[in-house]
Amino acid sequence: MPRTVLLVILWAAVAAVLVALPHALSFSQQEILVFMTINLLVVASYRLLTLTGEWSLGHVVIVGVGAYASALYTKELGIPVPVSMLLGACTSALIAMGLSYPLFRMKGFYFLIGSFAAGEIIRLLWKRFREPFGGPKGIKGIDPMPDFSIGIWDFDFFEPVSYYYFAGAVVALCLWLLWRIERSPVGLTFHAVHWQDKLAQSAGVNVRAYRTLAFVVASGFAGLAGALGAHYIGTINPNGFDVETMVFVLTWTIVGGTATFYGPLMGCIALTVLNEIVLREMGFEQMRPLIYGAVLILSILFLPKGLESLVQKLVKPRRVEP
Amino acid sequence: MNPFLEIDRLTMRFGGLTAVDGLSFTVEHGAIHGLIGPNGAGKTTTFNAISGFYRPSGGEVRLRGEVISGLSMHEVARRGVIRTFQHSTLFAEMTVLENALMGTHMAFRPNVFAAIVGWDREDRRGAYARAVEALEFFGLEGLRGERAGDLAHGHQRALGMAIAYAAHPDVVLLDEPFTGMNPEETTRMMELMRKLRDSGVTILIVEHDMHAIMGLCDRITCMSFGKLLAEGGPAEIRSHPDVIEAYLGGARHVS
Repeated sequence: MPRTVLLVILWAAVAAVLVALPHALSFSQQEILVFMTINLLVVASYRLLTLTGEWSLGHVVIVGVGAYASALYTKELGIPVPVSMLLGACTSALIAMGLSYPLFRMKGFYFLIGSFAAGEIIRLLWKRFREPFGGPKGIKGIDPMPDFSIGIWDFDFFEPVSYYYFAGAVVALCLWLLWRIERSPVGLTFHAVHWQDKLAQSAGVNVRAYRTLAFVVASGFAGLAGALGAHYIGTINPNGFDVETMVFVLTWTIVGGTATFYGPLMGCIALTVLNEIVLREMGFEQMRPLIYGAVLILSILFLPKGLESLVQKLVKPRRVEP
Repeated sequence: MNPFLEIDRLTMRFGGLTAVDGLSFTVEHGAIHGLIGPNGAGKTTTFNAISGFYRPSGGEVRLRGEVISGLSMHEVARRGVIRTFQHSTLFAEMTVLENALMGTHMAFRPNVFAAIVGWDREDRRGAYARAVEALEFFGLEGLRGERAGDLAHGHQRALGMAIAYAAHPDVVLLDEPFTGMNPEETTRMMELMRKLRDSGVTILIVEHDMHAIMGLCDRITCMSFGKLLAEGGPAEIRSHPDVIEAYLGGARHVS
């Protein structure tokens, strides 16, 4: 099987590059790398939701639910950090499950607005209640990941490089899971629900259940991303999860394109590199949001199918085989 | 014994408009049953009420004695009544094979956890085999890699039926399957439907094409303005005075 061997070599090379990458960067770039890794999980989970054709404006708030939940579990209940991260993810999924009852009475544009409203309600609850959410100032001094060492390697999770390895491993695992879901019959059903929900129903698909499933699974992964971020930064506040942040996620997704799994990931990487590294280096500090907006407009005008369409021209369309 | 598919005093009102008014008829097992009528007679509304797309305002639909009216569409489908849609309603962005795979949804219910761990290999193989079988049944196996939206019109209609067939239906509801077809395609489609009936599937068909209906159906129900007008074999219906009047319009006034 020369193709399998080739794939193994390819992935090993990718892994090697990813492991070596932080050592070629400056300290601030290493920090950006950590955030980008976490954001990759945010956009990948967002894509799972968009598979069923629904675009949510509440996704970043769901990320925040995971962050708040995980932070509070460690602070109030003394749960160890890695466990609380998983619990945070579960909390996000549960909240999404609850939200799905009112939200999935709506479709399309109405769902978009409904999700925005639902997200704002949650966000304002954080702002309003000092106990336990800390009000507008949020939560400070969130427990970091405990240090640990494997043999000769010591991981101090205040160090961006160490946290990058940890978050990278978690995100890679999650991306693999999301990829498995998308390529499975479940993923095919998500597509079917998107393109023709009536026809899918007539084939016996419970459309509402599948929309909910996509929303809950996507929210679970989003919550994990939030928890990963919270325990790295050490502080969270409601404004970190506002609609402006959501616009960033939307921009990454749109610029990357949503037809493929890798589209949003490409969008996130390309725009982060452009925004944080190229523009910063060039000294466009004040003008960065302006240039960012211009990039969005230009990409919609000239690359309406996203960055992924450039890759798609190179590879053949996919085939389903057992 | 209960009749196979029984439509009992089915009524469908939209505001002040009564689209279907106390319609009753039964469909025999293993028959091709036609539902005809002039434009606006309420055929498609009847169809939508049977398939669960609408909840009837009154009356019942029973399959083997079990009430299926008022259930949602996927619940009706799970009881063995699969519908197709007017025009070429397909998963246009997906391949032909993927379309057929969607038809196998009920038999091989996907599961997220099994899919991640890889425990659904048997199911995937089974679904694949069934999908290919359905495509072969309708002569589409050579097109399995094509995008469904790119197919010729006749093939799209056949694929719509293949999706239904892959779901192991007891009853297939076909909504105007001959629309926009040339005579050759119509003849081919009629053959496919007979083949489908011979495989043990009951067919209820709404259609305008009289040539196809008369040549195909074992029994025909004719409705007009939401009410039952006549029922019988093709020969009876063809010569039924009420049917002729409904189609040609107000013969009484002329004479």
